[in-house]
Amino acid sequence: MTATPSPAASRGTEVRLTDLTRVYPGNVRALDGFTLHIAPGEFVALLGPSGCGKTTALRLLAGLEDADGGTIEVGGRDVTNVPTSKRDMGMVFQAYSLFPHMTARQNVEFGLQLRKQDKATRHGRAADMLDLVGLSKQADRYAHQMSGGQQQRVALARALAIEPQVLLLDEPLSALDAKVRSQLRDEIRRIQLEVGTTTLFVTHDQEEALAVADRVGVMNAGRLEQLASPAQLYKNPATPFVADFVGLTNRLHCRVAGGVAQVLGGAVPLLAGSAGDGLAIVLVRPEGVTIAPVGSGGSGGSGGAAATVVSASFLGASGKIVARLESSEGVGDLVSVQVDNTDVTAYAPGQRVLLAPRGDAALAVSAT
Amino acid sequence: MSTRHTERRKRAALRWTVIGLTLVFFLIPLYGMLEFTTRDLINGGRTGKFWTTLVDVPQVTERYPALAEGFASSMALALITVVVMLLLLVPTMTWVRLRLPGLTRTVEFICLLPLTVPAIVLVVGLTPVYAWVTYLLGEGTVWLGLAYVILVLPYAYRSLDAGLRAIDVKTLSEAARSLGASWLRVMWQIVLPNLRTAVLSASFLSVALVLGEFTIANLFSRKNLQVAMFELGKSDGQLSVAVGLASLVFAFVVLFAMSFVGRKEKS
Repeated sequence: MTATPSPAASRGTEVRLTDLTRVYPGNVRALDGFTLHIAPGEFVALLGPSGCGKTTALRLLAGLEDADGGTIEVGGRDVTNVPTSKRDMGMVFQAYSLFPHMTARQNVEFGLQLRKQDKATRHGRAADMLDLVGLSKQADRYAHQMSGGQQQRVALARALAIEPQVLLLDEPLSALDAKVRSQLRDEIRRIQLEVGTTTLFVTHDQEEALAVADRVGVMNAGRLEQLASPAQLYKNPATPFVADFVGLTNRLHCRVAGGVAQVLGGAVPLLAGSAGDGLAIVLVRPEGVTIAPVGSGGSGGSGGAAATVVSASFLGASGKIVARLESSEGVGDLVSVQVDNTDVTAYAPGQRVLLAPRGDAALAVSAT
Repeated sequence: MSTRHTERRKRAALRWTVIGLTLVFFLIPLYGMLEFTTRDLINGGRTGKFWTTLVDVPQVTERYPALAEGFASSMALALITVVVMLLLLVPTMTWVRLRLPGLTRTVEFICLLPLTVPAIVLVVGLTPVYAWVTYLLGEGTVWLGLAYVILVLPYAYRSLDAGLRAIDVKTLSEAARSLGASWLRVMWQIVLPNLRTAVLSASFLSVALVLGEFTIANLFSRKNLQVAMFELGKSDGQLSVAVGLASLVFAFVVLFAMSFVGRKEKS
């Protein structure tokens, strides 16, 4: 990268959260030995169900809450006991947080003013930032004169204006409607790549996390379950929780032998960390299953498992068929199958079909 | 359509009747005061001599020193009360909201307590405290301001509470702090500007209350405007009523000016 007057912003800062613990009154362990290492300039998303501690982790890094144990290092410096105002973090909140008595420009300039920058510098920087988020024309508007999406953009500009060591995004898109949300999501990624600031993004929306982040950390009960690239996370979930939480998953009874699960009349290779030989449940994605009408004879000539269609839904870009496996004992498993949107009409509830695994590797857990 | 029209006219008529009656209710005593102060009791007919006396400041100061003293004291008291009240309440209430939400009910209870305590009881309770105030700070009337702060707490609390509820103090202060603002700056540059209306109305109520306060000042033998007026009434009834009317008008002007200042800053 070329030499710019803002080395911190252009190169990014390394963040190390080590063994963080945070206990809330009532002995609720919001964070329980949470460790996360973010490389300089990296975009990491923390994903998890509500109450998993992801927001707490971000607030600890911001200094808005104190850790009950563990250390926080930013750029090699221990900031565990440094107050928020001296941590140099840009933050965008879930709630709209623009100062209501200031215009967009004044909001963006606020942090620069605190850094004693002169008027001309401030103006220039604020104009650049508002330009970056595409709101140059709204510079003189107050928060109540802007839409939610615009307010969050200004908040982003305000956070980036101070050239923070780390950019913290605390579910910044949650309050927006679907369309603005995906638009702003892509824009956040573009801007992050442009400025290169190390970023921590907290969200409960897996699509959001998978779409923007370099690496996604899935959290559960105050701990990091897995930290991996979106594709890795989806294809090679390390734990059943991750497999379940990220993407849709079918839980199918199977028999494991020699690292292979026998299911749906076929074989599924198992990922590391799967259950050993014996009865188990294998977690198969809806797109990891093929479907064909009985008697078509086409796909899965080797057979497959007989099932009855329960529902067929058209989902826009794709379609989903839900079928119940025929079982000799009790009620069979329900299986979701992803199909092309043009194929949805080929299936109707009550119709008999054959299901077979595609053979993508999956995770199996012991059946208990 | 015509029924709706008559309906609307009926409602307008009712509205004006209510406003008219209210105005009459408030204005008649004032008119009575004006009529009384312009009556020439010795020669009959009308005289403006009480009003000319009142306007002639040097003369009033010389002939009725108590009145001038009382006026100055009340002004100082209004100012002190508002300043101390704001310094006490704004940071406390903001802090409770941000850091100690569990204490909200307690603080509210304490602030509303003075409403339930009659002034006379308050004085009894304050007497030993004021023995110390007098010992440490002197006998000045202005120290009554401390008691007045307690007196205005309920009204000020209500106004400020409404203002704090209207903004997301937590997120705003967290945003400001992440941008590098100290707590003092968060208070001064973020919280206070967004509480302006609430601060203004709290100050309003406080000023109005202080300018009209008689009981506590009288029982502590301090001379504020109301006490001076009361004493004057014993020797010169007409002039005392003239002062009363003038002080009402003055209070009205002060409050009007304050609301004007508040609005002007906003635009």
